[in-house]
Amino acid sequence: MELLRFTTAGSVDDGKSTLIGRLLYDSKSIFEDQLEAVKIASENRGNEELNLALLTDGLRAEREQGITIDVAYRYFATPKRKFIIADTPGHIQYTRNMVTGASTADLAIILIDARNGVLEQTVRHSFIASLLGIEKIVICINKMDLVGFSEDVFNEICKDYEEKAKILNIQNFTFIPISAKLGDNVVEDSPNMPWYQGGALLNLLENVQIKSNLAQKPFRMSVQHVIRPISDKFPDFRGYAGRVASGTIRTGDEITLYPSELKSKVTHLYFADKGLEEVSAPESVTLCLADDLDVSRGDLIAKAKEPQPTISQDVTLHVCWLREDKLQLRKRYLIRNANSEVLGIVKSIEYKIDINSLEKITDIQQLEMNDIACISLHTAAPLTFDAYSQNRTTGSLIFIDPDTNDTVGAGMIDL
Amino acid sequence: MTHLKELEAESVYVLREVAEQFQNPCILFSGGKDSIVVTHLAYKAFYPAKIPFPLLHIDTGHNFQETLDYRDALVKRLGVRLVVGCVQESIDTGRVKEETGYNASRNKLQTVTLLDTIEKYKFDAAIGGARRDEEKARAKERIFSHRDEFGQWNPKNQRPELWNLYNGHKSQGEHFRVFPISNWTEMDVWQYIYQEQIEMPSLYFTHTRKAFFRDGQWLAAEPCMKLKPDEKVEVKQVRCRTIGDITCTGLTLSTAHTLEDIISEIAATRITERGGRADDKRSETAMEDRKKAGYF
Repeated sequence: MELLRFTTAGSVDDGKSTLIGRLLYDSKSIFEDQLEAVKIASENRGNEELNLALLTDGLRAEREQGITIDVAYRYFATPKRKFIIADTPGHIQYTRNMVTGASTADLAIILIDARNGVLEQTVRHSFIASLLGIEKIVICINKMDLVGFSEDVFNEICKDYEEKAKILNIQNFTFIPISAKLGDNVVEDSPNMPWYQGGALLNLLENVQIKSNLAQKPFRMSVQHVIRPISDKFPDFRGYAGRVASGTIRTGDEITLYPSELKSKVTHLYFADKGLEEVSAPESVTLCLADDLDVSRGDLIAKAKEPQPTISQDVTLHVCWLREDKLQLRKRYLIRNANSEVLGIVKSIEYKIDINSLEKITDIQQLEMNDIACISLHTAAPLTFDAYSQNRTTGSLIFIDPDTNDTVGAGMIDL
Repeated sequence: MTHLKELEAESVYVLREVAEQFQNPCILFSGGKDSIVVTHLAYKAFYPAKIPFPLLHIDTGHNFQETLDYRDALVKRLGVRLVVGCVQESIDTGRVKEETGYNASRNKLQTVTLLDTIEKYKFDAAIGGARRDEEKARAKERIFSHRDEFGQWNPKNQRPELWNLYNGHKSQGEHFRVFPISNWTEMDVWQYIYQEQIEMPSLYFTHTRKAFFRDGQWLAAEPCMKLKPDEKVEVKQVRCRTIGDITCTGLTLSTAHTLEDIISEIAATRITERGGRADDKRSETAMEDRKKAGYF
C-alpha cells in the first residue's frame, strides 16, 4: 500500500471541516468514542448540528474560540492507499501554516464555494501550493447542492480558474463538483450530477500518480550521521547514514562528495543488517565508500555522470516569513539546508509578493510574518543545493534566529 | 514503495537527527508497543553500532510483571543502558502526594518523576512513541517538540516545522521531546510488528486474568487496585490494547492469539485504542492539559 500526503486549503465556510469529516467518516476512520465525544462537546457549546470541526480542532484555545490555529494531521486508509492529511487554516493570517502543511504534501485540495466562485483566497491558496512545489492540485467546487447541481455554474468557475492558473503558471490541476455535506462525489459518484463523468474525489486520491519520478532524478543524499561501531565484530566499519533525497544508487557506482568534490565508489549499501544492491529515494540507508575520505554530517553525495548540484555562498530564493520577529537585512541567521547548518545574512529583498493580487512590491527593507518575498542570501560557507523546483529536499532551507532558537523563515531556492 | 517502508525511512531519519542534534538523548520506554517499535527502529537506524541512547523507564510501581520482564530481557539483548525513575521515590521524598480514592492513579504523578529524572541525568532530548492519531492534542504536536525549562509544552506557540528540517536548538535547561512515529497509526504499528516479527509482551495476546468492571471497562484486579463494595472480581479472557500502568490500562475482551488475530481485531473495531484509557477520560482536554505540564 502506498502513502499519499495531501493538504487541504479553504476556510470553514467553504466546508473544509465537513469534507474532511466525511472522508474520515465514510472511510471508517472516525470511531464511536470520538463521535460520542464530539456529540457531547457540540451539545455543550449549544451547536444544534454535529460540529465536525471539533474532530480536527484539538487544542483548548481552538475549541473555545471556534477557530483552527495550527496544522493538524489526520490519518485514514482505504484498501488501496493510506492517507495523511495536513489540515491547515485558510485565512490570510495563517499563510505560514498553509506553507507548513504544503511543505510535505504531494497533492493539495483547494475548496471553492460554488455560490462565490473563484475568490482572492483561491488565488492565494493556488499560489502557495505551486510555490511549495505540490505536484497536483484538485479544485473541489463545493456546495453544488446550493446551486441546483448546475453544470453551467461549474463550467463558469472552471473557466475562471483556468485563466488564473495561466497567470500562476499552474498546469497539473483537476476540477470536481462536490457537495461535502450530502456526500456527492466525495466517496461515491453523484447521482445528482450525471453531466460530470470524472469520478469522485476519493477515487482520484486513490489512483493519482505521485512521486512518480523521484527515483529517476539525479542521485542526492546528504550525510546525516557517521556510523562507526568500533567493536570486535566491526573494527573498521565506517558507514554514512542518510535518507536518499532523490535518484537511485547501486553498489559500484562512482560518486562525488560535496563541498570537497572528492570522488569515490560505493562499496556497500546497507539498511540495518541487510545488504542491498540498489537504493532509491526516499529510503533511509547506510552507504560505505571505497576510499578513506573526510566525510562528515552535512556533506552531500551525488552520483558522478549525472547532473551535479550547485555550490555557492550566494543564493536567490523565495522565503515565507513565519514569525513576529521581522526579517532584518544584515542580521545573522542560522541557515539549515538538508543536514548542514551555516551562518547567513540577507543582503537584499528583491521584491515582496502581494499574495492576493500577486503584484510584486519593491523597495522593501524588512519582512513581516506571513510575507512571501524573493531575497538574496549570502552564507559564511558554501551551500550545496539544487533549485527547489528540481528537488524539494536539497532546494529547501529554514532560517533559525540564533537569539531565540526559533524557526523564523522557510526558503525555496531559485538558484 | 509501501507505506510501511516510507514510514520506517522517515522514523529512522528522525532518530539519526536526534543522535546528531543532541548531546544526551534517551528513549522513553514504557513497555508498550509504541516504545517497543521506536526501540526497534533505533536498532535498525544505527546498526551495526549499538543504539546510542539509554532507555528511560518511569516506573509507577504499579506495573504488570510481564512489562518489567520484557524490559529487562530487551535491554540485555540490545546491550543498552537502562535508567529507571521511580514514582515511589518521588512519593517517599515528598516531591508528590499520592492520590486517594477508588480511581487513584499515579499517572499524573509520573510527570514530576519524569521531569526530575530528565534533570538528574541531564537528558536534553527524550524520544517518545506518541502518535498523532492517538489523541486530538497530539495531532497538533511537532516531531521535534520544544519544552521550556519547566518542562512545559506551549501548544499555542510551537515552532514551525517544514519539510524534514528539524530544529533542535535550545537554551540551557530546556529540552525536547521527539516523536519519530508521529505519522504512524495503530494499524501501521501492528502491521510493522507483524512484518518485522518483533517479539511482543504476552499482555497483548489473549490470556485469562482476574478482572473487575468499572466505568464501562474491564480493569485488572491487582493488589494496587481498590475495589468498591459492589465490584466483584471475575476471571476473563482478555488482552491489553495499550499498556500503561495497571491503574489506567483497560482490558479488552478478546481471543486474539496471534499478530494476525490482533490485526483483524483492530480492523474491525469501532472504538479508539485510548477509548480504554481512564487517564484521558478525566476531561475534554485532559491530554493537552497533562502535556502542557510536561507529561509524555
